[in-house]
Amino acid sequence: MKLSARTAARTVATGARTVAAIAALALAGLTATACAPQTSDTSATKDEKSGTLRVWLFQEVGNKPKEQVVDAAVAAFGEKHRGTEVEIEYIPVETRAQRIKAAFNDPKSAPDLVEYGNTDTAGYVKDGGLAEVTEEFNAWDEAKDTDPTARRSVTVDGKIYGAPLFVGVRALYYRTDVFEELGIEVPDSQAGLISTAKRIHKAKPDLYGLAVGGAYTYGAMPFLWANGGELAEESGGTYKSAVNSPAARKGIEAYTSLFGDDNCPAAKCASMGGNATVTAFASGRAAMAIGGDFSHAAVEAGSVKGKYAVVPLPGVTPGSVAPAFAGGNNIGVLRSSSHRTLAVDLLKSLTGKDTQAKLFDAMGFLPTYTDVLADSAKKEPFVEPFVKTLGAGAKFVPASPGWAQIDASLVLPTMFQEIVSGRKDVAAASDEAAKKMDAAFASAS
Amino acid sequence: MTNRTDGPAAPAAGPRGSRRGPRRAGEGGGTPWLYLAPALVVLGGLLVYPIYQLGLISFLEYTQAQVSGGELTTFKGLGNYAELFGDSQFWQVLLATVVFAAACVLATLAVGCALAVLLTRVRAVPRLALMLAALGAWATPAITGSTVWVFLFDPDHGPVNRLLGLGDFSWTYGRYSAFTLVLLEVVWCSFPFVMVTVYAGIRAVPGEVLEAASLDGASQWRTWRSVTAPILRPILLVVTIQSVIWDFKVFTQIYVMTNGGGIAGQNLVLNVYAYQKAFASSQYSLGSAIGVVMLLILLAVTLVYLRLIRRRGEEL
Repeated sequence: MKLSARTAARTVATGARTVAAIAALALAGLTATACAPQTSDTSATKDEKSGTLRVWLFQEVGNKPKEQVVDAAVAAFGEKHRGTEVEIEYIPVETRAQRIKAAFNDPKSAPDLVEYGNTDTAGYVKDGGLAEVTEEFNAWDEAKDTDPTARRSVTVDGKIYGAPLFVGVRALYYRTDVFEELGIEVPDSQAGLISTAKRIHKAKPDLYGLAVGGAYTYGAMPFLWANGGELAEESGGTYKSAVNSPAARKGIEAYTSLFGDDNCPAAKCASMGGNATVTAFASGRAAMAIGGDFSHAAVEAGSVKGKYAVVPLPGVTPGSVAPAFAGGNNIGVLRSSSHRTLAVDLLKSLTGKDTQAKLFDAMGFLPTYTDVLADSAKKEPFVEPFVKTLGAGAKFVPASPGWAQIDASLVLPTMFQEIVSGRKDVAAASDEAAKKMDAAFASAS
Repeated sequence: MTNRTDGPAAPAAGPRGSRRGPRRAGEGGGTPWLYLAPALVVLGGLLVYPIYQLGLISFLEYTQAQVSGGELTTFKGLGNYAELFGDSQFWQVLLATVVFAAACVLATLAVGCALAVLLTRVRAVPRLALMLAALGAWATPAITGSTVWVFLFDPDHGPVNRLLGLGDFSWTYGRYSAFTLVLLEVVWCSFPFVMVTVYAGIRAVPGEVLEAASLDGASQWRTWRSVTAPILRPILLVVTIQSVIWDFKVFTQIYVMTNGGGIAGQNLVLNVYAYQKAFASSQYSLGSAIGVVMLLILLAVTLVYLRLIRRRGEEL
């Protein structure tokens, strides 16, 4: 930035005549042969039956156990396919978007298989990056036990692009010591949750009752869904936003009522995302938080270790469970892969029941097969509330490539932040968010 | 550093020597252009080609799907511009950028000039200390500086709030307080350039002119206004244009300090807005359109400024 400013200043310093000369040159350039911006061809031309398969997986915090599970899966694959090498690379989660985009842009340096967040499926399909594997997936006997929500997370327009690796759901973490000290019950409804949060903050002003974040979209969604709202309605393959429907507005109202001096002050909580709320809980600054099964390690590492428990996030009617967002990761075959058959085989090995069961033992990632998930829950009581949440019916984001754009341009965080900072009321903010979402859906289809 | 102090010092000779001197260029026909050719080719490659691509992309439908071959690149005409100008957020961001940049330029120039004058008045040791402090600020990468400022003004652990007794006041929550915080950081990291350049200029003011002024009984302010400032005008001109360009394009400070544009995008400036459009949501063509608009605005500001100066009879 400094450099260009300097160059610009120098250009100015050399006088207006040079500017004129440059303008002339620019004109000359425009009339010269037009060079179109780069477009790459990601479609594969061959399907080789030997060689090296390259795989990109996410580098998790404490990645060693994952590596061991993956190595075992690769070894099993190697038994069946002698003469095929597999190269695994663990890519940092923070820069995954750039890495995967770069892989789409330059098929020569792209891997054959890639792990990706399940909300990105539709966007990557539109980008032309992922290969369709519907036929292979449906013919695969293990895939029959795939959880329906997980299956939806690899499906776009009825076609399947990859296989689910694990699911992640969020539930309510709460401080057992605080609840005991104040003599209060764990809330069993949404209204109870909100009043309990405020009651705790009143009794203990240095604790957030329930830590919430204006940028924590996936923590807010259950409130919207529990009230019968939807993010978007599908009809005939096109999506239309529904965040400004009366039911959705009720949910937004409920979530945003948690921001304020009686629970989580807007000045601090408006900018918080999911990680910040979990950190607040783990460090003992919140009595409750909405965290995922994947937040377990972070909370265990904090000062509240041994003083907390988890229950499903309550829904509107007492005793019900609010629908959670079914997050998680998938593995897909890149469209540019020149080893398609082998890659699909390796995909089955990496996402099969055996690997997912081991991955749960090693990392605590919830399996995407209903039977494997049930077995895992029996082994580890901690995951029980999460399995219960999944069983009560988890939901997924709209399977439209427009969702990637809605997510990236922070449409929903902006809506929540506008409401909690008092800039707009629920009606105006949700109308505007719906307008932006519709524009994104329209431009994506 | 030597480059920067040398550069602006040279034009200082202008007003003294060849103010109304004969115009040298244009007399020799094509020969000067021949000598300039190598430089122009390099400039063309580094400046014109990227700008050409920027302009071209701004007329296309060009998102990630087009880059990686999922969809065909199509010509969209002025569609991206229509979308941009039809977006009320764009106008808000544009207004915020102009006001914010203007405030930054004024504050930077005021602080830089004041400290440059101070530098000429103090003894060697405090001068050295001030110089070193300024150079330290200058040498700090923007991202480091921004992170440190955010920490200093942190509502929970920041020393500034404790010092001022502000409790847990969050600087980044309110729109204006967040802009103020960023403004302070921008001024902090860009005043040294102004200070050093203007200081060099002041040192180049001939002593006899100042002596004559004081013999005529001119006050300090009068000497600055009627003697020093006119001699410094070419320097101030370069410094101002540079600051305008610099502050109009602020990115790192806003991106780091307000976490990508602040609560509900309240602290977005054009550059961050373009980044959010072009890279965060992969709408490269829309981002390019914002880039073109920025380029035109900066070009217009610079040309108008140059024109004003030339009308007053100054030669750069």
